[in-house]
Amino acid sequence: MERIPILKMGAALLVTIQVDMHDRLAMALEEDLTAKIAGNASKGVLIDISALEIVDSFIGRMLDNIAAVSRMLDAETVVVGMRPAVAITLVELGLALTGVKTALNVERGMALIQRRIDADVVDRGELDDRSAE
Amino acid sequence: MANQTDVTLFKVLGGQEHAILTDWQNLLKAGGALQTGRIKEAELDTQCKTFLSQLRASVGTDGGVDKSGNSYSSLRSMLGDISRSRAVQGFSPTETAGFVFSLKQPLFNAINKSSDDAATKAASIWYTSLLLDELGLYTIDVFAKTREEIIARQTREISELSTPVVKLWDGILALPVIGTLDSERTQTIMENLLQAIVDQGAEIAIIDITGVPTVDTLTAQHLLKTIAAARLMGADCVISGIRPQIAQTMVHLGVELNVVSKANLADAFALALARVNKTVVSVKALSRVQKNGPAE
Amino acid sequence: MTVVRSEVVQILTGDDVVRVRQDVRARAVEAGFSLVDQTKIVTAASELARNTLDYGGGGTVLIERVDVGGRKAVRLTFEDQGPGIADIEKALTDGYTTGGGLGLGLGGAKRLANEFSIASNLGQGTRVSITRWK
Repeated sequence: MERIPILKMGAALLVTIQVDMHDRLAMALEEDLTAKIAGNASKGVLIDISALEIVDSFIGRMLDNIAAVSRMLDAETVVVGMRPAVAITLVELGLALTGVKTALNVERGMALIQRRIDADVVDRGELDDRSAE
Repeated sequence: MANQTDVTLFKVLGGQEHAILTDWQNLLKAGGALQTGRIKEAELDTQCKTFLSQLRASVGTDGGVDKSGNSYSSLRSMLGDISRSRAVQGFSPTETAGFVFSLKQPLFNAINKSSDDAATKAASIWYTSLLLDELGLYTIDVFAKTREEIIARQTREISELSTPVVKLWDGILALPVIGTLDSERTQTIMENLLQAIVDQGAEIAIIDITGVPTVDTLTAQHLLKTIAAARLMGADCVISGIRPQIAQTMVHLGVELNVVSKANLADAFALALARVNKTVVSVKALSRVQKNGPAE
Repeated sequence: MTVVRSEVVQILTGDDVVRVRQDVRARAVEAGFSLVDQTKIVTAASELARNTLDYGGGGTVLIERVDVGGRKAVRLTFEDQGPGIADIEKALTDGYTTGGGLGLGLGGAKRLANEFSIASNLGQGTRVSITRWK
């Protein structure tokens, strides 16, 4: 069965969806991502949907689920590159994806995740300093 | 019989063309066709002449009072052109149709003179009357259609003109909305804004509604949808310029604009600058900092 | 109203849902829909096709390019011989679902279309029709 490739970029995972997804493919992606986040101890997941011409409630739910699962595994999900027509339709459909972070493109999404990773490091750094005293 | 009336009209148009033309032109001018100055005398004369000769050609080949047939197609297209130009020039429908209807009197006079047989004359006049009625109504049809096209074009232009998306700074867009927001306009606005966000890679957009006179429940919903769509694409929206009475109405309507809202565009811009890590400082303060280094 | 072109597509597997989306997109492009309008009708088609598959146990969709009073439109009619819907009002409510979905399918499709009609008989099946014009 065909699968959507998941790339590892430092502490983040990058998924670029380029095909018109049928439902089985979406469910496989959800499972694969969950396994990879846990396996790599990833801090962030970038899902690039700039090639997607539609997002219906099924794919919307998949994005919501991935975000919820990754949050539990201490990773942040950022959906990037949603097209204007898709965004308008999703809102009309009644799907706000409130649990999902968004960014205009991969670069901005990566910056978002990097900020979070940096914040984590700073926090730990302060902890270390304090414990050394 | 249809053929015979045709012959009478055809003969009259051929034999008395000059007299009819002069009569008609005088009648049109007496009726004030040239008074408004929207059309020149020479142009009107040419239109009259062309119409008469086309009419003659059409009547000559026509079999009955069927004006939708092929023989009338060139006459109709000529009339269509006249009506369209009249509509664009700002003539009223009465003035436009009057061009054709005013031909009745000269034609009837000519038919009267042409024969002694009352029955032939009556039949010919009846036929001519039907013919001119139909052609006159056709001019109205074309006139109305042209006006509709003009209105549709203007509506389009207005909706495009009134929704410019302006760039305030790198990554900061503003959308000054002026006038009432109905659902069609909101859709145009929404699409323009979201496309501009993609094109310019904007992180934050300010929707300024200082120029919106009223906001009802539907408009508020449209605004919220635009903001939700922008968020899905990864951009934030700030609303600015909500008038006090609008704010009050919305609260009374139970509409909660659960978004960042600033009193005016300047405040919203300051917020947007902060969001993209920029600030505005006075030149004096800047030069002091450059000279002495940042104050600690 | 005149039908310019029509075709029937079977909805029996998940791949058929993808095919319905592609066919509807092609008709919407033919009708001269804007990108947003194309996306709306294709998304609505996707929702209804999945309903037909998941709740109706499979069925068909009639995809038509029609002209309504001079306006170009796309009309979709989904039919299945499934269990039917007991309470249509409730089924149209956002968040109501019997199948573990988000419950946005019917209500969402209704909002994305200009015209919407639904008829259902318990034990005999469901028929949903939507039209969107340019």
